[in-house]
Amino acid sequence: MSQGESATPLGKVRGLGSAREGGHHWLEERFTSVALLLLSFWLLFSLIMLPDLSLVIIKEWLGSAWAAIPMTLLVITAFKHGLDGLKVVVDDYVHDEGTRIGFHYFLAMAAIAGASVALFALAKIVFGATA
Amino acid sequence: MNSKTERPLSPHLTIWKWGPHMLVSILHRVTGSGLTVIGLGVLAWWLAAIAGGEVTYDRFTKVVGHPAGLVVLAGLTWAFWQHLFSGLRHLVLDTGAGYELRTNRFWAVMTLAGSLLATAVTWYLLAGVGK
Repeated sequence: MSQGESATPLGKVRGLGSAREGGHHWLEERFTSVALLLLSFWLLFSLIMLPDLSLVIIKEWLGSAWAAIPMTLLVITAFKHGLDGLKVVVDDYVHDEGTRIGFHYFLAMAAIAGASVALFALAKIVFGATA
Repeated sequence: MNSKTERPLSPHLTIWKWGPHMLVSILHRVTGSGLTVIGLGVLAWWLAAIAGGEVTYDRFTKVVGHPAGLVVLAGLTWAFWQHLFSGLRHLVLDTGAGYELRTNRFWAVMTLAGSLLATAVTWYLLAGVGK
């Protein structure tokens, strides 16, 4: 990453962190963190307010849009925030560029797969009344 | 960019004297990684188990209700609160505030105390569900 001698000191420093870029990533991590703060409090509060944790009660609760929509948002935001965080960990400890990108790719696949399982399950709870 | 170049390394974990701020910093990373890999795994499994019906939900509650499962859940609860309080501290530090030595140390200790207290309160409230 040659920037030439004419670059200002700030210009030389910019974009040279362990990820080579990241202002956008950094901000997004913070936006999702605030959203998760609200959504995780919602989940904890909802669970505590349930009459009990039997399957019938949980299904009835999650089957309503009032719970299914925040839960959908929670799943998407949590997997996105977790993926962003793990990528930073990889950036800091994996120094070989090829391996680093390999790890990023694997993490992204795992996050998308995990979120898909959770969202599909939620859709089944909401729309698939039986079984 | 040549990743093979030997670069001087800054002193790392092994050389610093441990203090609460350092502990909280590394715990933020450890709890975040744990919450993503284990916590989101449990979340996806929980939703899938609910969607699956009686048999899969019973299997889920049996595993997480086992003493070893409860230890994992308690650990995740603590990790959640530690990461949350530490994250809030980071949001403040992001604004450039709270770097005075005593202030910084004080809030680092408070995240540790707060996470233990909040974990105890959470389990007290969850244990009361259905009673």
